[in-house]
Amino acid sequence: MAKLVCKQTLTGHQDIVWCVAWNPTGTLLASCSGDKTIRIWGQEGDQWVCKSILTDGHSRTIRSVAWSPCGNYLASASFDATTGIWSRKEGEFECIATLEGHENEVKAVSWASGGSLLATCSLTEDEDYECASVISSHTQDVKHVTWHPEREILASCSYDDTIKLFKEETDDWTCFATLESHQSTVWKICFDQSGSRLASCSDDKTVKIWQEYLPGNQEGVATIGNDSTWKCVCTLSGYHDRVVYDVDWCHLSGLLVTASGDDAIRVFKESECSNKNQPSFSLMCNIHKAHSRDVNSVTWNPKISGLLASCSDDGEIKIWNYSDT
Amino acid sequence: MAGRLDNANPVVYEQSKERLVLPEEEDDDCVDKIDGREVFDLIRNINDPEHPLTLEELNVVELDKVNVDDDDNKVSIEFTPTIPHCSMATLIGLSIRVKLLRSLPPRFKVDVSITPGTHNSEAAVNKQLADKERVAAALENSHLLEVVNQCLATSKLHSG
Repeated sequence: MAKLVCKQTLTGHQDIVWCVAWNPTGTLLASCSGDKTIRIWGQEGDQWVCKSILTDGHSRTIRSVAWSPCGNYLASASFDATTGIWSRKEGEFECIATLEGHENEVKAVSWASGGSLLATCSLTEDEDYECASVISSHTQDVKHVTWHPEREILASCSYDDTIKLFKEETDDWTCFATLESHQSTVWKICFDQSGSRLASCSDDKTVKIWQEYLPGNQEGVATIGNDSTWKCVCTLSGYHDRVVYDVDWCHLSGLLVTASGDDAIRVFKESECSNKNQPSFSLMCNIHKAHSRDVNSVTWNPKISGLLASCSDDGEIKIWNYSDT
Repeated sequence: MAGRLDNANPVVYEQSKERLVLPEEEDDDCVDKIDGREVFDLIRNINDPEHPLTLEELNVVELDKVNVDDDDNKVSIEFTPTIPHCSMATLIGLSIRVKLLRSLPPRFKVDVSITPGTHNSEAAVNKQLADKERVAAALENSHLLEVVNQCLATSKLHSG
């Protein structure tokens, strides 16, 4: 019997909480909000408490936060058109850099697995800061960017209903695949642990699973040159009543969790007889009133299987425990 | 200046009468659900961005295009721009959305869209209005917020 139990509700933010992110060791949770602050939460005994409040970094809504792979830095993306880099030393956070360059709101930020590349995205542009490469491939605002877990491949999704994959070629980044299937804005994308599959969620109320097919694949899926082809192999529809804002693929258990504008959190599990070319997922858990308003973000703890954090328009963050034994 | 208006001579419609207050509504022991007329009353006096008239007087909002399901926490509103190429459609929709954001209990899910078939860029405007990130970003833009607040200002020529 699958169960998702709320362990704790964290309050403190004065406005919409847009995003929650665990550090790589799973010991700290960062959250950011329309109240222009970032809060860092840590465990004391069996309770999660607010350890620090980072203010003065941004003058408008902080839309998303991301930890560096080493866990010593936190990056924040803000509607004030800047990206903040925070350094963590002896438990204290300090804003060490403010990256400018976007003309509009910065919507998301992501670190590459090597830790030396940072990608940010904004309205009708998409920028890779360290390489000073500006990718303007989508026709509308880019909602989210994420790096492949191992390779230096950047994935982005957009208001233009597509997902794009980028790789470095000679000395610039080029788009090598455009994934089209969603009927409306794609809000979030995430890779599974192997990096050979991608999950996406959309304003069209569905979640889609994309499979990578390498050149020369056994299935005979056509590829171009040395690039893989990514194909939509599964669509989860009929489960969500409103827009799906977030999807996260647990790298420990393989479970998918979604956050939706219908206030619910849902957990999906791949069937045991699932085939990679036509996988099937079943709904394990549907928490209807997970929050009192839209759920904006939900994320699995990277080290403790079944531990989840979510956040909402209601200003609250919740810590959940999932079990299916 | 008048020549630059999208629709310089709009048809003006009659305003609806004051809502009758029923005895049950004044009885604190009665559950008084939020209904279509109450939501309509919140939006009918929004000022048109171009004319010294309300959205009700221009028939941009109508009572029968306001759907409220209090039990299911849903409000959906269709509005009709006065002309199919009205450049103010997004601003009008945003004003309706902001008014309801400020007035209704937060449990309500609000959908604001253009009456089907009444605007050339219907799908684009609807998508924009449904994108909460874009709406949130717009409301942090002080110039845009000022324009929206002017639409929502209550100091109207007409009262009620």
